[in-house]
Amino acid sequence: MSALPYIIRKEFQQIFRNKVMLPLLFVMPVVQLVVLSFAADFEFKNLNVSVVDHDKSTASRLLISQFSSSGYFKTEQFFNSSQQALVEVEKGNTDMILVVPKDFEKDRKTAKPTQVQLLINAVNNQKAGIASNYAQQVLNIYNKRNMPQFASSTNAVMPLQVTFSEGYWYNPTLDYKTFMVPGILAVLVTMLTAFLSSINIIREKELGTIEQLNVTPISKFEFIVGKQVPFFIIGMFILGIGLTLARLIFGIHIIGSPVLLFAYCAIYVVAILGLGMLVSTLTETQQQAMFVTWFFMVVFILLSGLFTPIDSIPLWAKAINVANPMKYFVEVMRMVMLKGSGFSAISTHFGVMALFAVAFNSLAVLSYKKTN
Amino acid sequence: MEVVISTDKLTKKFGDFVATNEITFEVAKGEIFGFLGANGAGKTTAMRMLCGLLKPSYGSASVAGFDIEKQTEQVKQNIGYMSQKFSLYEDLTVKENFRFYGGVYKLKRQVIDQRLNEMLGNLGMLNVENSLVASLPLGWKQKLAFSLAMLHRPKIVFLDEPTGGVDPITRRQFWDLIYEAAHNGVTIFVTTHYMDEAEYCDRVSIMVDGVIKALDTPENLRKQFETDSMDGVFQLLARGTSTK
Repeated sequence: MSALPYIIRKEFQQIFRNKVMLPLLFVMPVVQLVVLSFAADFEFKNLNVSVVDHDKSTASRLLISQFSSSGYFKTEQFFNSSQQALVEVEKGNTDMILVVPKDFEKDRKTAKPTQVQLLINAVNNQKAGIASNYAQQVLNIYNKRNMPQFASSTNAVMPLQVTFSEGYWYNPTLDYKTFMVPGILAVLVTMLTAFLSSINIIREKELGTIEQLNVTPISKFEFIVGKQVPFFIIGMFILGIGLTLARLIFGIHIIGSPVLLFAYCAIYVVAILGLGMLVSTLTETQQQAMFVTWFFMVVFILLSGLFTPIDSIPLWAKAINVANPMKYFVEVMRMVMLKGSGFSAISTHFGVMALFAVAFNSLAVLSYKKTN
Repeated sequence: MEVVISTDKLTKKFGDFVATNEITFEVAKGEIFGFLGANGAGKTTAMRMLCGLLKPSYGSASVAGFDIEKQTEQVKQNIGYMSQKFSLYEDLTVKENFRFYGGVYKLKRQVIDQRLNEMLGNLGMLNVENSLVASLPLGWKQKLAFSLAMLHRPKIVFLDEPTGGVDPITRRQFWDLIYEAAHNGVTIFVTTHYMDEAEYCDRVSIMVDGVIKALDTPENLRKQFETDSMDGVFQLLARGTSTK
């Protein structure tokens, strides 16, 4: 007869009796998934543009209205010089300055190359990059629309143009939420299981109950596994809730196999629980365990590819990232959910995660000492 | 006389500090063995080694016929332990605690429930079976902790200051439990700071600075140190070190 069912039952009894933790377990994933997915949106709307129009012509007004009608820019502030407009940038009132040079209309009519100047506030460089991108698009549209006019007037031959016809696969409307939700769900599953497991053994240490357990013939394996099973079930449960919410709220369907997704998540959660247990056995107080776990979480999350594409990180960071379990999980979530990848496409991910699971758990069992 | 605990130069060092210095003694089956000493004298360290919670630096000991280093798990199957730190789960009920620990000792559910009933019946506490441990007074918890340590019918029970902070009446009741267990052949190894409790022991050892300075029946110790109480014996030995 094994002591395992008794240990598991006891853990569940304690979890369900905890009036703070239990609601948190269910409310936290819902709130975070919904709030974060809407908030972690890189689309910018209503960027404030200060306009310095030196030309004051039909052409320049057309250009400006092109900006304001795009939906991304608000062109409400007008200045006579760039210097005046820059004051507004310094105050933080404006995101960019559009400067239309004198003779803008004249140059265009005579088909002389002309330029408008964009001064972008790059304190938030991501926002600046996107603003520049949007502005470029607005200019392209403007050029295209106003091309025939002057082309006919000068009788010039239209140059042969090569253009992209874009189609976005796996996320046709380039919806950020479709991209973010699987990743955020991965982070949620990780955080909950990592924190719960890392403070669990510590709690028994702090209360002194671990000593009572250590004088029993309980085996280390039974102890670690018994501690993990409840959190494993909770982790899988949260994935289930998350996927349901993703479907109901964001309309994201799992294109690949849900079974495959749950199978991968299972191995992943075992790995993360092993890491949590390892932290728990190596630290002495809940405070220490929380700090150590936070450290891992922050590194894991920032390098997971959740917010930033990891293809562009430096080589040394890539080398570190090989040991980031969350990276693999975020990838698998996106591949299976959005792309419908099958097992063969993620078999390497399975192998790597199995290694993590074995390594972390072996270390946890080894570092848990019944006799000091 | 059957020996259930025997140590041979059992020693524990923490760095340069020698917590327990070559202690050698034997405890017989069914004996109530009092383990006395000032705070920091090395009692708890010695006890933790005997329970398999600490590895000795050198020396050896056997408990219930098993070597504490090589057969730690067999030792654990045969001992009960009640630590200084209160060790029932506060957020579980009495019954849940007993079922959990019983399960850990691989007892059958019916056996656990039957023994729990018996023990609570003896304590007159049948009505608390489904109460959360956190809601019980300290004295009750201590008696429950002792019962829990006895749940798997161990041969030896180690009690580390079991009556600390408990009122005199409950202490008396607690010692009734100890007598009863000893009467049934269980060996009791108990540390305490209460000298009246030392009088209740069959034999008493007094540790000073990691060394056993005296070991005999309370009566013989009183004669040896020419005083009429265990308190006197303790004072003499403890003072001996402070002037050293």
